[in-house]
Amino acid sequence: MRDNIIAVSYLAAGVLFILALRWLSSPRTARRGVQAGEVGMLIAVIATLLRSEIVSYEWILVGLFIGSAIGVPMAVFMPMTAMPQRTALSHAFGALAASMVGISEFYLHTPRIDHFTMGALGFEVLLGSLTFTGSLMAFGKLQGILPGRPIVYRGQNVMNLSLLAVAVGLAVYLVVDPSVSALFPIVVVLALVFGVLLIIPIGGADMPTVISLLNSYAGLSGAAMGFVLNNKVLIIAGALDGASGFLLSVIMSRAMNRSFRNIMFGAFGQVQISAAGEAVDERPVRSGSAEEAAMVLETARLVIIVPGYGMAVAQAQHKVRELSDLLTRRGTEVKFAIHPVAGRMPGHMNVLLAEADVPYDQLIEMDEINSDFPRADVAIVIGANDVTNPAARHSQGSPIYGMPILEVDKAQSVMVIKRSMAPGFAGIENELYHEDKTMMLFGDAKAVVGGLVHELSQTGVAV
Amino acid sequence: MTISNLEIGLYIFVLSAFLGFEVIRRVPQLLHTPLMSMTNAISGIALVGSLLIAGAHRTTLSTVLGTLAVIASTINVVSGFMITDRMLRMFKRRDERKE
Repeated sequence: MRDNIIAVSYLAAGVLFILALRWLSSPRTARRGVQAGEVGMLIAVIATLLRSEIVSYEWILVGLFIGSAIGVPMAVFMPMTAMPQRTALSHAFGALAASMVGISEFYLHTPRIDHFTMGALGFEVLLGSLTFTGSLMAFGKLQGILPGRPIVYRGQNVMNLSLLAVAVGLAVYLVVDPSVSALFPIVVVLALVFGVLLIIPIGGADMPTVISLLNSYAGLSGAAMGFVLNNKVLIIAGALDGASGFLLSVIMSRAMNRSFRNIMFGAFGQVQISAAGEAVDERPVRSGSAEEAAMVLETARLVIIVPGYGMAVAQAQHKVRELSDLLTRRGTEVKFAIHPVAGRMPGHMNVLLAEADVPYDQLIEMDEINSDFPRADVAIVIGANDVTNPAARHSQGSPIYGMPILEVDKAQSVMVIKRSMAPGFAGIENELYHEDKTMMLFGDAKAVVGGLVHELSQTGVAV
Repeated sequence: MTISNLEIGLYIFVLSAFLGFEVIRRVPQLLHTPLMSMTNAISGIALVGSLLIAGAHRTTLSTVLGTLAVIASTINVVSGFMITDRMLRMFKRRDERKE
C-alpha cells in the first residue's frame, strides 16, 4: 500500500514538473509554473521520506537545514547582474549531488554490481564530476575570480580528448568487470580534472553556450542517477533538464553561427585566434557629446536600444530605463532589440531590463526587430559589439561571417556607447563605428546614458 | 537493476526528453533565464536520491556523502524556485506597470 502511494506521488511530481515548464511558455502563466514545480517537489520529497529504506532522519534534517540556510539568502540577496554566476554555481551543486550519490552507491554495493547499474553509475559519476569542476570554473570566470580570457595552448584538444578517452575507457572496463573497484577513484579524479581543462579555453562571450551545455550535463547525470536508483521521477526530471540545456545550447550556438561539433568538443575560443590579421578600417570615427546626441534624439520618432554585456557590467539598466521613459513621454516610440547571445547567459538582458522595470512587450527578439531598423530614426548600441557588426553579413573572411546580427546599420542614424575603441570578444574591428551616420559616445555606459537623460530633460517636454 | 527495469527506464527517459523538447521549444527567449533557473530547481529532485542515501544509515562514508548531497540539492531546490519566482515577478507588461 505504502509503495503504491509513493509510486503515484512520484508520477504526480513528474507531471507537475512538465506542467511547470509548459506554463513557462508565457509570462502570464509562468508564476503558476513555479508553484506547480514547488508542489511537485514537495510531494516527491514527502513520498521519499515515507520510504522504508530511510531509518534515521538526523542527517537528513541537518542537510535540509544547512541547504536552506544557504539557499534562501542566495535567492533573496543575489543581484540580477549575478544571475550567470549563480546559475553556474547551481549546476555545480546539482552535479555534486549526483556524483556524491553515485560514489556512495558504488561503495555500498561493490564488488557485487551488475553491468547495467555499473554503466549508469559510470555515466552519472563521469558527467557529475566533470560538470562539478567545469561549472566551478565557469563560476570563477564569470565572478572575475579567474581570468575571463580564453587560455589556449598547443595540443590542448588532443590532451583533453585523450584524458576523457582514458576516463571513459576505465569506466567501460569497470562495466565489463565491476569487481576492479580500484579503478573507480581514478575515473572520478580524471573526470574532475577534465572538467577544469574543458573550461580553460572558454572566454566570456561563449559563456551562454557553455552554461547551457553544463545545464544539460547536470541534467543527464541526474537522469543516470535515476537509472542507478531505479527511480522514475529522477529519470523524468533529469531528461527534462538535459533536454532544456541541450536545446538552449543549440539556440545559442546557432545565434553565434558555431557548428554543434564545435560545442561538443568545447573548442570555443579557437576561432578568435585567426582574427588577428584583419585589415584595419582607415575611415575616421566621429565622436559626439551628450548634447549633440540629445539633439538628435529630440526629433526621433522611433528609437531602438541595443543592449549588450557592457550594459550589465556598467549596471546601466536603470539609467537606460529612465532614458526610455523620458523618450516615451516625449512621444517617441522606444523598443529594445535583444540578441539571443547578448550577455553571459540565455535571456540575461531580458532579466536585467525587467528588473529595471522595462515592460517586457518592449523587449523584442532579433528576428522580429530586424525589420524595424530601416524605419528607426536612431539605434542606440549600449555595450554590445560583435552582434551588431555588419561584417557578419558580407565579409566572408571574417571570423563572425554568417552569424545572425542585429541590423543596426540600417537605422537612419546610430549611436554607440562604448568605453574605448577596443575590439569586442571576437577581436575584430566593427565597421559600424566607421560609418558616416554613426556617432560614438565614449565613456562608462551608466555615465553616458545619465548624461543623455540630463540633456533631454533640460529641454523640457515638447509634445 | 534487471533488464526490464532498464528497458522501462529507457522508455521513460526517451519519451520525457522528447516531451521536454516540445514543451521547452515554446518558451520564449524572453524567459530563457527563468527557464534555466527553473530546470535547475527541478533537477534539485536529486534530493530524492540524496535523502535515500543520507537516511539509510549504512556506512559512515555513505552517510557523509549523502548528507553533502542533501545540502547541495536543497540549495538548488530552495534557491532555484525562489529566484525563478523573484525574476518572474519583475516581468510586467506596459499596462501592468504602475506609474
